[in-house]
Amino acid sequence: MAKKNDTLEYSKIDSRPGEPAFKARSSVKAKDIEHRRKINFNIGRYNAVVPVGKTQFYDLETARMMAKNKKWEAIEHLDRSLLQFEEELVKRGGEVIWAQDADEALANILEICKAVNCKTVVKSKSMVTEEIHLNAFLGQNGIDSIETDLGEYIQQLDEEPPYHIVTPAMHKSKEDVARLFANKLGTEPNLNPSQLTQIARYKLREKYVQAEVGVTGANFLIAETGSIALTENEGNGRLSAGFPKIHIAIVGIEKVIPKLEDLALFWPLLSTYGTGQFVTAYNSIISGPRQKNSEPDGPERMIVILLDNGRTKMLADAKTREAMFCIRCGSCLNACPIYKNIGGHAYGTTYSGPIGKVITPWLRGMPDYKHLSNSSSLCGNCTEVCPVKINIHELILNNRHEAVVRGESKLSERLAWKMWKVSSNSRALMNAGNGNLKNKVVGSLFKAWNKHHTPLEFAPKTFNQMWKEQHKN
Amino acid sequence: MKVSIFVPCFIDQLYPQVAFNMVKVLQKAGCEVDYNANQTCCGQPAFNAGFYEDSKDICRKFLKDFKDTEYIVAPSASCVGFVKNNYSKLFENSSEGAEVNVLKEKIYEFTDFLVNVLKQEDFNAVFENKITYHDSCAALRECHIKKEPRALLDHVKGLELVEMNDVETCCGFGGSFAVKFEDISGAMADQKVNNALQTDAKYIVSTDMSCLMHIDGYAKKRQLPVKCLHIADVLASGW
Repeated sequence: MAKKNDTLEYSKIDSRPGEPAFKARSSVKAKDIEHRRKINFNIGRYNAVVPVGKTQFYDLETARMMAKNKKWEAIEHLDRSLLQFEEELVKRGGEVIWAQDADEALANILEICKAVNCKTVVKSKSMVTEEIHLNAFLGQNGIDSIETDLGEYIQQLDEEPPYHIVTPAMHKSKEDVARLFANKLGTEPNLNPSQLTQIARYKLREKYVQAEVGVTGANFLIAETGSIALTENEGNGRLSAGFPKIHIAIVGIEKVIPKLEDLALFWPLLSTYGTGQFVTAYNSIISGPRQKNSEPDGPERMIVILLDNGRTKMLADAKTREAMFCIRCGSCLNACPIYKNIGGHAYGTTYSGPIGKVITPWLRGMPDYKHLSNSSSLCGNCTEVCPVKINIHELILNNRHEAVVRGESKLSERLAWKMWKVSSNSRALMNAGNGNLKNKVVGSLFKAWNKHHTPLEFAPKTFNQMWKEQHKN
Repeated sequence: MKVSIFVPCFIDQLYPQVAFNMVKVLQKAGCEVDYNANQTCCGQPAFNAGFYEDSKDICRKFLKDFKDTEYIVAPSASCVGFVKNNYSKLFENSSEGAEVNVLKEKIYEFTDFLVNVLKQEDFNAVFENKITYHDSCAALRECHIKKEPRALLDHVKGLELVEMNDVETCCGFGGSFAVKFEDISGAMADQKVNNALQTDAKYIVSTDMSCLMHIDGYAKKRQLPVKCLHIADVLASGW
């Protein structure tokens, strides 16, 4: 079902739902050798540093299991942990808004902005704001929403959504970025990365001064203290949260962790699996607006919007609930041979890669997104690299099963499996016909196979037939 | 030692020589090889498509066909991994549960069985070629096999093993994935074959014929100078 905010998708990038559009996009990228080169180069750099980050753990396996258990605890008790979060934050003057879907979240943000006649919003990197298409929505309402994370700033300049949940401009080379800056900002065309960064910094500093409202996401919601935890490398997140008069944090309800002390585990884990660092350069814990009697500065209002937007559908499913343990490190994307071939935009979803294949059909509906679950070779590398040990490939498979149970599989496929069952139940049928006949039947059924392969060649006789002939007595 | 072999459906139909070569090696290792001629398939194809109920009927047949066995050995980590890891999910809280627990402990992938049960690595095989070895996802991540095939290949006279880049990366087969998303699957095969070609190997060898069917079909279509062989074919060579 089309929702209001679906009209706010990036116009430059095709993100139409459904299998045919996905197949078309992914086929183009799979053939794009230059794209493959850039992605392999950038993921190669990630692969080189992650093992270094991992050395900080005395016992990595136990750390991962502990993290999984902590997330399990938080998600299993979400009814209590979210209320606890609200209660604690409100005690320190913070405000909490519960938003059932994107439209509710957007309406609330607009109301807050209008109350202060907001013209400019500065925002830090947040996938949830992508999920609800915040920038486009604010733009339509006459408010400039500026991305302040360098990667997101690059993507915003290029009018593209982030390509990767952690590394938004992963598909661009440094030359691509220099060209983009030259086109959009009129800079010299051959600037190096540090010169480009200086330009972005200069442009963005002005915006911080102008902005009436700062928007951030949160990497974690700490139930015990009613705090949000922000992880970043550029300092733009804490500036977005701390400089404007109003701070809005938009957060998916799955981001809860039980206790403050749990950050000692989650911050290093997220950093190592996200970027290979021990910890990122800036880590902030924000527990409310400026405290009038004790703090000289900080925003006058801090509003946390707790967003559902389909997450409770996952929560209601005992198996898929595990996907809510995700800390959005992006390691399953980097490990995925399909992501590396088709890139982040081909999915046409906010969350791409293996975890996106698990959660998008639940967030946006099976009919339009179940094909993502089929577009997996189930190699299992995502599960192997997940820091919180989500059984990602099993959840992808479970989505396939869910689609079948809901009666959303194709009739032709249902019939094919019935035929398969009949023949696999009968040794006589498996031996029926000769190799040539089977070649013809199978060749006509699997035309797609012959696009990239020579046709299958059945043996004249099955092993079974030959064995029986050899062992007649 | 009595060993009951399971010949996966696609090997039965497309690559019977792989199964015969497995039998040849097992017999040389001193096993008495038993083949129940009623067997068909492990049930994995429908399961991986999400059709658990259709799959379950075939899994039941498999349970029946392999009920009275001591060891079950199959030339496919994919099928073995499926039986080991997914049968218990399908038959959770059902009367077959106990049977499944017994079954999954006695089924082995071929190289795993040779190295870890029979503890034999040398079959006097001769194969005078440069090869590269492809780790199948099922071998690596479902059956935890990595060193076993290499230990076996190490004893093959004349064989030179050169490891390729991204050796643990999926080849892109993935069953129905290869026909539902043929271009993605083809691009993955392309990278696998390119990595293999860079080693200058003449053959890609693996525990899994399903990967090799995909890689070989791709290489042949593009007339690339590399062939595929199941490890049973290599171990049965030269004697």
